[in-house]
Amino acid sequence: MKLHEFQAKELFAGAGLPVPEGRVADSVQAAVEAAEALGYPAAIKAQVHAGGRGKAGGIRLARDRQEAQAAADAIIGMTLATAQTAGRGHTVRRVLVEQGQQIKDELYLSILPDRATASMMIIASTEGGMNIEEVAGTTPERIIRVRVNPLVGLQPFHLRQVAFGLGLRGDLFKSFCGLLQKLYSLVVSRDLLLAEINPLAVTEDDRLVLLDAKVEVDSSALFRHKDLAALHDPSEDDPLEAEAKKYHLNYIRLDGNIGTMVNGAGLAMATMDIIKQAGGEPANFLDVGGGANAEMIENGFRILLSDPDVRAILINIFGGILRCDVLATGVVEAAAKVALKLPVVVRMEGTNAEEGRRILNDSGLELITADGLQDAAEKIATIARQL
Amino acid sequence: MSIWVGNDTRLLVQGITGTEGRFHTLQCVQYGTNVVAGVTPGKGGQDVEDIPVFNTVREAVADTRANTSMIFVPPPFAADAILEAADAGIGLIVCITEGIPAHDMLRVKNGLAGSTSRLIGPNCPGIISPGTAKVGIMPGPIHKPGGIGVISRSGTLTYEVVHQLTAQGLGQSTCIGIGGDPVVGSNFIDCLTAFAGDNKTTGLVMVGEIGGNAEEEAAAFIRENIKVPVVGFIAGLTAPPGRRMGHAGAIVSGTSGTASSKIAVMRDCGLHVCEELGRLGEFCADIFTG
Repeated sequence: MKLHEFQAKELFAGAGLPVPEGRVADSVQAAVEAAEALGYPAAIKAQVHAGGRGKAGGIRLARDRQEAQAAADAIIGMTLATAQTAGRGHTVRRVLVEQGQQIKDELYLSILPDRATASMMIIASTEGGMNIEEVAGTTPERIIRVRVNPLVGLQPFHLRQVAFGLGLRGDLFKSFCGLLQKLYSLVVSRDLLLAEINPLAVTEDDRLVLLDAKVEVDSSALFRHKDLAALHDPSEDDPLEAEAKKYHLNYIRLDGNIGTMVNGAGLAMATMDIIKQAGGEPANFLDVGGGANAEMIENGFRILLSDPDVRAILINIFGGILRCDVLATGVVEAAAKVALKLPVVVRMEGTNAEEGRRILNDSGLELITADGLQDAAEKIATIARQL
Repeated sequence: MSIWVGNDTRLLVQGITGTEGRFHTLQCVQYGTNVVAGVTPGKGGQDVEDIPVFNTVREAVADTRANTSMIFVPPPFAADAILEAADAGIGLIVCITEGIPAHDMLRVKNGLAGSTSRLIGPNCPGIISPGTAKVGIMPGPIHKPGGIGVISRSGTLTYEVVHQLTAQGLGQSTCIGIGGDPVVGSNFIDCLTAFAGDNKTTGLVMVGEIGGNAEEEAAAFIRENIKVPVVGFIAGLTAPPGRRMGHAGAIVSGTSGTASSKIAVMRDCGLHVCEELGRLGEFCADIFTG
């Protein structure tokens, strides 16, 4: 679960980390008042779950009231599509207004669990303010990676490796080590999958300030962090994705016109691939999970059909825990309720597949049953060509 | 004819009294797996269809000589359950539970490093040696005893692959779902190493997906160490970057972890890569019997 920048900074401030003084505003007037109170220059920053806001015009600097007004006016209500939003725009509902800083230097710092080594990884660089993947690509020698065994925890030598690696000396060295220690504790104690500070600014008077903050909380760990769970912002979710989540369905909306419903994430991905290879474009990823019941299938089907772009549907179920007769019942009930008009190709295999096919055949619905995956692919291809 | 589970398996089920635990325990029994005990704290002394239930794994092991554990414990308690099984000296721990916090798994993985226990999963369908032992939630009847080893990151996608193999008359030695989480107990290379030591396994199918670089590392290992033919498949050719496709590990970030880059590396390392799932069975028949 991603946090907004202002939420991340509140979390950081609570852990004793230095963030700029700032206020959240959801109207132009409130933003101007915040800038007036904080003093100029002030930074006005769009609060959406997207990286690359600066380049997309979502962050502006104001030197006086007039500029603050103009900046807030331009940002609040804008639809922000950045290099990291995969073509989908986010409507800006809030801005964070912050005190501007006199910056001498910009560093990069992040901490995240590293899957390959099952360790905590600290990544730092002197090239702050840039896209870190670009830095890694062009000047990999400027990236410092330090791995920490989670059972041993962060040791002083880890701190020295990072701080000396960044070329820090004297008081700055000391304050950086203190900052890194607090950040590491926060990441572990709050089950964060990512804490990224880019840039971590060094001010003209040699203070460290966390200028930007990106935080992702482990959704699987929210059961022990009720306060973080409450920070979830449903307005950032696609409405259909949010609806699906209510029924414990894993749904991701895509750009195509062929809806899919599959059990299991791997098979769902492979089914999307099959549609694409057959010349169609998948409209979504929908994994109904291994233990889906008739009601979940019905809700999944309803969500598929409420996407106006969907012109045909491919259902691919390999019955294991989820029995095919249960699936078939769910599909028939949902189709009856919505007065189905779209072509639907159904491919079922595994537990109780025969019974499932019988239910579909006896339903009176015009469903196209497929015998095997290849047959399903060819049938959906034929339909895709006619769309 | 198999690795890790077989006729010697003496299975213990942690979380046996829950709905899922009970259901799948009985499915395993029905398949012929030797299920010797269950563990649910506070329910020691009860039984599930004549399988004795214990309060702790140590008690269960002392009484029944269980050597393998299958875990259905809910996510908040699953890390503890894995470590308890390891502490009791269980050799093979298969964790089915989905949704264990990532930081918990980091600690578990490092905690197991010094032990003799092997972990499969979490968030996996389990492991089956067709005809002898099923330790997991996969449908038994789609499998057939034989010589093909199957290793996969997915659940139902594995069933699809196995189903197609069986339809082609290609039986399986052992099929393992290693799990879709970023941190798993056993990776492709651990499984490949074990298969390399099983002279009855005559071919391998590796089913991967987008995200991370486990498939690339496995491919390099195969080039150096595996003598039997290996068929590879990657799910997620069409997955858009930056979106997590169900599995916590399945995400394309930047240019890394894409299906096409994985496929290129696998081909370079001598794997036979099939890009069409619908034809995977036929493709395997060509490679393994052609």
